[in-house]
Amino acid sequence: MTGVDEEAMDADLKSLGFRVEERRTLASGSDELLVNMGPQHPSTHGVLRLLLRTDGEEVQEAVPSVGYLHRAAEKIGENVTYDAYTPYTDRLDYLSSMNNNWAWAMTVEKLAGIEVPQRAEYIRVIVAELNRIASHLVMVGTYGIDLGAFTPFLLTFREREEILDILEEISGGRLCYGYIRIGGVTDDITPTFAAKCRAFLRQYVPKLDAINELLSYNRIFIRRTANVGPLSAERAVAYGCTGPTLRASGVDWDLRRDEPYSIYDRFDWNVCIGRGEKGTVGDTWDRYMVRVREMYECVKMCEQALEGIPEGPFRAKMPRKFKPPIGECYFRAENPRGELAFYVVSDGSKKPVRVKVRAPSFCNLSAVQELTRNMLVSDLVAVLGSFDLVMGEVDR
Amino acid sequence: MNDEVKAGEPNPPLINNSMKFRTEDAFPVLRSRFGDTVRSLSDTQPDRYILVQSDALPEICKFLRDDPDWQCNLLHCITGLDQAETLAVVYHLFSMPKRHFVVLKIEVSKDSPIVPTLADIWPSADWLERETFDLLGIVFEGHPDLRRILLPDEWIGHPLRKDYEMPTHEKLRGLGL
Amino acid sequence: MGLLENKFNDNVIVTSVDSVFNWARQSSLWPMSFGLACCAIEMMCTGASRYDLERFGAGVFRPSPRQADLMIVAGTVTYKMASRLKQLYDLMPEPRWVMAMGSCAIGGGPYYKHGYSVVKGVDLYIPVDIYIPGCPPHPETLLAGLLELQEKVRQDRILRKKIST
Repeated sequence: MTGVDEEAMDADLKSLGFRVEERRTLASGSDELLVNMGPQHPSTHGVLRLLLRTDGEEVQEAVPSVGYLHRAAEKIGENVTYDAYTPYTDRLDYLSSMNNNWAWAMTVEKLAGIEVPQRAEYIRVIVAELNRIASHLVMVGTYGIDLGAFTPFLLTFREREEILDILEEISGGRLCYGYIRIGGVTDDITPTFAAKCRAFLRQYVPKLDAINELLSYNRIFIRRTANVGPLSAERAVAYGCTGPTLRASGVDWDLRRDEPYSIYDRFDWNVCIGRGEKGTVGDTWDRYMVRVREMYECVKMCEQALEGIPEGPFRAKMPRKFKPPIGECYFRAENPRGELAFYVVSDGSKKPVRVKVRAPSFCNLSAVQELTRNMLVSDLVAVLGSFDLVMGEVDR
Repeated sequence: MNDEVKAGEPNPPLINNSMKFRTEDAFPVLRSRFGDTVRSLSDTQPDRYILVQSDALPEICKFLRDDPDWQCNLLHCITGLDQAETLAVVYHLFSMPKRHFVVLKIEVSKDSPIVPTLADIWPSADWLERETFDLLGIVFEGHPDLRRILLPDEWIGHPLRKDYEMPTHEKLRGLGL
Repeated sequence: MGLLENKFNDNVIVTSVDSVFNWARQSSLWPMSFGLACCAIEMMCTGASRYDLERFGAGVFRPSPRQADLMIVAGTVTYKMASRLKQLYDLMPEPRWVMAMGSCAIGGGPYYKHGYSVVKGVDLYIPVDIYIPGCPPHPETLLAGLLELQEKVRQDRILRKKIST
């Protein structure tokens, strides 16, 4: 390219976050373009901005730029009481609100040494696993749309509405529940809850098989996703990836089995990991399929939990003005997207001194820049969708 | 029991979780190897931390990552804290093979909050340090690309500091946002 | 249409043409997909199988602002996003309408008091036609808001002179 100041261009690219030392010399006749993808884009699943340096259709490098949904969750944690922070945890990863609430509740329970009644533990597991199914359904549905398949979206959202009905019955909300509170749950389950859950779970597994047949084992879907964007286990751990993203890379690690909290050690279920059935271990198909298989396991767990709900109180007796002891506490829980962790520093007053949210999607997203080198734009879309990012928790 | 749990009382034993923190065991090992740069073991409850000198941090972290007894291969979280007179950074390191956590903490002054980077040891530190810089103003020396990540580039100030004043809408419009 | 706009007094023949235009517009409000946060998921649910938005003519979500009539601001607007919001609104050709969905878009939502980076209401940047309360609003609330907007469009004056305010 004549007449172009290469150094100035390099400096510009560096200020945007590109790794300029890896820019290969382009042959004449090639087309280097800087394309902006997002923050408003149908395929970025929220307000994610990607700066692409492309050579024609091929993406040389994709730099993610986040922060378009930064809602000061950590600052708010310093200004509201412990119980009042629960609705803000709902809105971090808004697709799995129950799990977020649970992680926050357990962090404060660990800090203050609160014992949760058994009935509350069972209810928590049931609603959290139902929420996990709902969250994975959104992933499957929107992933289909990203790759051009519209029907799975309608099927998965139809099933999701059933789950939302059940959760609305006990919590009052469809998306942001605020149901799992410190010490237990907000209110007892209704008399019809267990029957509705069982009815849903009974008819759900055949529907999941149908979605599998429609999308997961579809030849075109496999061609689009197998061998695309493989993330090795070593790189996944180095980038701090957790959850289904890590399991898809072949790492056999699930907090619910390996570092169990609450009553997870009482259930009989399997951890789903990626084995590279359709291509490489840790490719996009693996990341997608781990989530689909996890839904079967969630059904198992829910059914077992429904069998064993004991009678008793649904919440520990909490003081009206709750003040935990002085100290600090770190706790992590297995969310549908990875390990959500809260770090709380308390000085004995009713508001925390510091709340840090360690969001799984934040660390998962940091692996994208290295992973999406020299791939087509459509492959980039496939990889991004398979990471199942929720910008609410990336930006907090 | 309607009494408030009074501040200062010792905690009842941990319930319902199986996280293993081996910070207490790591302290004598690090002390013997790195001497006085490993300052102290805190007595905070329920999680303790090891306070280290900030310039010794990269070697200590490399040791914790590579030593066969510790193998901390996952940097789980980096937290910045504003503690009245000083700024602090807390590191939660996790070992997947050994399944244990080690918690380190460093403290720096507010006038020159410079901390060595860990981005070459764990790539996950890259974004976590950028976030700490963005929200608290702690500068990570040697970081490949230290710029704001969550707030717009034009933003002035570091919001998680305790003396941060919430800006008005007019002021932010004035910045061009 | 430019030749005829605002040229006629209240005349029987023109009134029925106005209502034809308004009927066409109200029945095909194509939204631009501007889902930002949690409300976006409820917007997706409204467009999905149970609460079908397509039957109101508004189910075609256009990614490009050039092809959209309606901008549903679903979610929290931050200062980092606000300039893009304004730019996309400016890119939409007229006639265009804006719906502020959810309490964050109406007035900052739960982040009103301590959220330093949150814009306290999208109407600080762009004019809003319909406000839909809720956190997040139930899909039926969004549908009710859409019907209100259709009512508003039905009363629009295109060929007749606008009533001066």
